[in-house]
Amino acid sequence: MANKQKKLLQGNGACVEGAIYAGMTVYAGYPITPSTEIAEGCARELPKLGGRFIQMEDEIASIAAIIGASVTGRKVLTGTSGPGYSLMSELFGYAYMTETPIVVVNVQRGGPSTGLPTKVGQADTMQARWGTHGDYNAIAIAPSTVGECLTETIRAFNLAERFRTPVTVLLDEVMGHMREIIELPEKGDHEVFDRVKPTVPPEEFEAFAMTDNLVSPMPSYGEGYRYNVTGLTHDVKGFSTNRTDETIQKLDKLFNKIEHFTDEIFKSRVELVEDADVVFISYGTVSRAALQAMQIARKAGAKVGSIQLYTIWPFDYEMIKRATKNCHTVVVAEMNMGQICHEIQKVLDPSKKLETVQRYDGEIITPMELLEKLEEVL
Amino acid sequence: MSKILDKIEIPTDRFEIRLSGSGGQGMIFGSVVLCEAIGQSGDKSVVQSQSYGPEARGGASKADVVISDDEIYYPKAMKLDLLLAMTQESLDKYYGDLKDHGTLIVDTSLITELPTEDYYGLEFTRLARNEVGSIVVATVMALGAICALTGLFSKEALTEAVLARAPRGTEDRNKKAIDIGYDEAMKIKK
Amino acid sequence: MATTEKQKSDVMLKYLRPQKSFPSVWCPGCGNGIVMGAFIRAVDKLGYTNDEVAMVSGIGCTSRMPVYLDFNSLHTAHGRALAFATGVKFAEPKMKVVVITGDGDALAIGGNHFIHACRRNIDITCILINNHTYGMTGGQGSPTTPADALSTTTPYGNVEKHFDPCDLAKSAGATYVARGTVYHYPQLEKIITAALEHKGFSLVEVIANCHTYYGRLNRKGDAPAMLEQFKENSITTGKAKNMEASELEGKFVIGKIHEDAVKSEFCDEYQKLVEVQKGK
Repeated sequence: MANKQKKLLQGNGACVEGAIYAGMTVYAGYPITPSTEIAEGCARELPKLGGRFIQMEDEIASIAAIIGASVTGRKVLTGTSGPGYSLMSELFGYAYMTETPIVVVNVQRGGPSTGLPTKVGQADTMQARWGTHGDYNAIAIAPSTVGECLTETIRAFNLAERFRTPVTVLLDEVMGHMREIIELPEKGDHEVFDRVKPTVPPEEFEAFAMTDNLVSPMPSYGEGYRYNVTGLTHDVKGFSTNRTDETIQKLDKLFNKIEHFTDEIFKSRVELVEDADVVFISYGTVSRAALQAMQIARKAGAKVGSIQLYTIWPFDYEMIKRATKNCHTVVVAEMNMGQICHEIQKVLDPSKKLETVQRYDGEIITPMELLEKLEEVL
Repeated sequence: MSKILDKIEIPTDRFEIRLSGSGGQGMIFGSVVLCEAIGQSGDKSVVQSQSYGPEARGGASKADVVISDDEIYYPKAMKLDLLLAMTQESLDKYYGDLKDHGTLIVDTSLITELPTEDYYGLEFTRLARNEVGSIVVATVMALGAICALTGLFSKEALTEAVLARAPRGTEDRNKKAIDIGYDEAMKIKK
Repeated sequence: MATTEKQKSDVMLKYLRPQKSFPSVWCPGCGNGIVMGAFIRAVDKLGYTNDEVAMVSGIGCTSRMPVYLDFNSLHTAHGRALAFATGVKFAEPKMKVVVITGDGDALAIGGNHFIHACRRNIDITCILINNHTYGMTGGQGSPTTPADALSTTTPYGNVEKHFDPCDLAKSAGATYVARGTVYHYPQLEKIITAALEHKGFSLVEVIANCHTYYGRLNRKGDAPAMLEQFKENSITTGKAKNMEASELEGKFVIGKIHEDAVKSEFCDEYQKLVEVQKGK
């Protein structure tokens, strides 16, 4: 077998590679540290591939432009960080409501507000679930290596297209900027999911038809279907409605098309939990500290396991229950003042102790800090 | 008695390098070509990370490279196997992160106060100015020395990596710097 | 040959959405219907197919227009229509992209997108219906509410200054700028047609009546009365050229205000860049 091409890439650069692999052809964005290399990479690469890059006037315009491009049938991306992600909130809701596939990479930094632009944080975890107003369901995923920035971005596109919904890829400053040598995938190495188009003639077409999997086929503008896209609550044809039954049907669809398929969306890495007394739960860059601490602790004779969440939302509560069955203590490590730990608390058996390791000072959690917590709880 | 902290050992499957100096000396460039040289020399995993923002502009600047035969978990340095210090400030700041008996390489044309006898000293900046005609290549010269002292990557791989990223027209200067760094280090290698 | 009533209604049927029932959300006598009629006839005159038109809007009374029309319709968020439209046009340059907006939507919350769409000179036609107020939310002051005018948020008279959307568009880089009123119907149809034909960013500002709020609060009478006022207060660009600024105070200068046929269009420029970089 021929050797695959290897490349030294930053996490941000790997997101660009992953997006292009997945078929992204339009990027609209606004520069913001620490995500800017994503925009720069797309500005450089997309024209070579016949794709399109546009720098918009702000992040609101950026997400608007990719939604506009998505309805024409393109796979679309934008990259940002906290302040920009906050600006995008309203139109995230528009994309949820109109069921428009988009992928947004949020390279998290310290917050709130301008916060720590060049420092790391994971405090947008709940925002990725609850960022916009109203009821909806969200998908957010978090890679932890440069290689995974590539593969998880592909997965983000597949999920966005499969479920007709926005997907957030949660990176953090350390992840976005660190470099690793990775193998570049060739065509066929990874599945690429393309948008399902309608097969019925336009006169029978219903833009938001109820289907078995609750996802409606989506035509592109210009293909003869001429449906209405609106952020107003709408009926199956896409026209606004105030009817209670139609409102319930729409919101249930938005929620359940993801909730009922949590098994398909959820992804985690579970290590050595069977005999573990203590289990680390983490996501993103912190998982690498957790795995390191687990390795060191195991060598020193301590029974420690690790759960790494690649899918943050939808949250698989059942999986957490199963994987923490045998331990006496769970240590949730995250770079914020406590976000995912509350989700764990919801399902953790009351006989088990919940401990946290948190940093919100702009530095990443170290293996030593986790080992010190182990010393306390073992 | 401690339950675990006394028993833990620093993982031996990692080799951690820190290039440090002042902003503008090319620590990040150096760490990137180091990774590429290692990448070309075999199947090792490498992770590079660096300081960003105000930290990276002036003052003590650093870039870390972690190397392993296996999957690298924690991406940042925990206890350095090798520290390159190009300025006194960076040496003072990072010496404490070096392992006992870790390799210390310093630019003795800029560093006068050393906390240990156990180090390799080469006058990178003076040699770069006098022998190559440009202090810009001092860090590349230090990479030549790291190559000679560690054997982590070949001189050919380093040269290729540097030339692939260096601005056009600087090829000869960079090659010469690598050669000098390598040869001078071989003379003092223990 | 004069157009018969029958032919007129055929044109309307060709472009009105069969699934959508009327009456519209607009108040009886609202100027929006006149603009919709002019727009449809302009599209028909140019022979655009329904499929190749994307009609994008934000929030407000005007923004409901795309819903009634049988085009690819994108009814978006307040102020953002031009940003969405930029994405549509940039991704699919062969589409005819039209934004229908109002003074609050385009110039207040959407002001930033407005000037940047002009600056890029992207081939979008923006029809801005200026009724000097927020109609949908009940008559609040907008960026085009004249000084001293009453609104529910300027109950003692407006102390702010107003934008001239045409001046703004011209100085921001738009390459076709024209103003019409809902009274001057034939001219309106003509300038919308010209705007659609123009390659680059085109703005058509249409002075329209919101007798329900702006008219009532400012004692301007009912819809016909307001249309009469538009007639009396309008001056053609030709005549305005030779008039002093003081003479033009409170008047609507109507007709083509600016055209630049030389400046390159954004999507074309990007396509040229793609041709050079492709496969590199």
